[in-house]
Amino acid sequence: MSFLDQLNAWLADPNRWSWTDKAGVPYRTLEHLRFSLLALAIAAVLTIPAALWLAHYRRGAFLASSAVNIGRAIPSFGLIILFWFLASRWELDTTFWPLLLALVALAMPPLFTNTYAGVVTLEQETIDAARGTGYREWQIMLRLELPLASPVILAGARVAFLQLIATVAIGAIVNDGGGLGRYIVDGFAVGAQGYGAIFAGGLAAVLLALVCDGAFALITRVATPRGLALQNARRD
Amino acid sequence: MHVNTVTPLAADSGPPIFQWKWVDRNADAIVQRLVEHISLTGAALGIGLVVSIGLAVVSLRYRWSYPVILGTAGALYVIPSLGAFAVLVPFFGLTFVSAMIPLATYTLLILIRNIVTGVDQVPNEVREAAVGMGYTRGKLLWQIELPLALPVVIAGLRVAAVTTIGLVTVTSMLGLGGLGYFIRAGIQTATPNPTMIIVGVGLSVVLAVVVDLVLWLSERVLAPWSRKVRAR
Repeated sequence: MSFLDQLNAWLADPNRWSWTDKAGVPYRTLEHLRFSLLALAIAAVLTIPAALWLAHYRRGAFLASSAVNIGRAIPSFGLIILFWFLASRWELDTTFWPLLLALVALAMPPLFTNTYAGVVTLEQETIDAARGTGYREWQIMLRLELPLASPVILAGARVAFLQLIATVAIGAIVNDGGGLGRYIVDGFAVGAQGYGAIFAGGLAAVLLALVCDGAFALITRVATPRGLALQNARRD
Repeated sequence: MHVNTVTPLAADSGPPIFQWKWVDRNADAIVQRLVEHISLTGAALGIGLVVSIGLAVVSLRYRWSYPVILGTAGALYVIPSLGAFAVLVPFFGLTFVSAMIPLATYTLLILIRNIVTGVDQVPNEVREAAVGMGYTRGKLLWQIELPLALPVVIAGLRVAAVTTIGLVTVTSMLGLGGLGYFIRAGIQTATPNPTMIIVGVGLSVVLAVVVDLVLWLSERVLAPWSRKVRAR
């Protein structure tokens, strides 16, 4: 049986397009997105306020510059499995915590570094002007630095999110869920008979990543403050 | 398929998470996997660098092609690693080729961008002086522009190397070995073997840091005139 026949057989599964059945591509896609978005949200809450504060007071520059390098060096695959082992040892829910913790850890460095860099590279005159007109420091951070740095922060979020999409798929190795990676890992588990499922799962994961990348490009365009967009347009 | 050269250790479900005894007993296997990991990384970087130089030369000569090439590399960079392996395996099987195509592809974005940026940074006076001395376009590129772009190229290579080392752990899914073998095998033993997982993860982090350091040092040696360049 060629892998195309296997693919056809795989596609012929009656539940393949179900939103509620575990065999369904829509179900797995939602699962994939849910995990990625949850991790991104947690990582954002943990890093952006801290990075904003540190950048405003120009502290922790070394951490900001090295965070991404450290993050890159950690293999996501290994991190998931390490957390899976620890969770099983501490008798935590292994279908949820290992993957979530690994994802949050992987999403934090780009978010932190980009927020920091976005704030630090703002023109100091703008900040001084706001201070002169009586803005408090927290107002400068929230009303000036955060919106003005938002394109750079969103660029970091985009990198982080795509890495999350890639990592959720890998998470299927230990996780009962694992989104679209489920098809790939289950396919590998049965060997050459699984090539149809492997191919379909891989293609779905690739398409999901490309769609999410496009969505992020749109969000960045919409979320960029109008003044900043005008300024950038003039500069071009 | 790969041969299991790891001797299982009985009764390691007990408290000590890391067992030096296991490391001692499997030193040969650890070295073998480390060498595999380095070879896979080196091969991916080598292929990526050759392709990148080619595409960068095209981008520099035909400026209009640069956004197209960079855009394509950017789209490929977005593809999840496991997804890429999964799409290729039905065509190429569990082989070196299936692993190399995505691994090399992921290096393209950063390498092409850094080569082109690096060459663009070469001062125009230098270029004019070389042309005045009779350098042809090709000689100018290979003997003047690329060597002067070296710090920026190496900065890109550092990022690519560290990323690739992390991704090679995933290729253990294809049975190609490397340190990912320990990570995967660590949960496939009768009782999960944390020592194997920690050795796999730890060594790949150490390898990434060491390779980053070696490349940084090589930049100092090869391009001593330049300091403080960052990958973009």
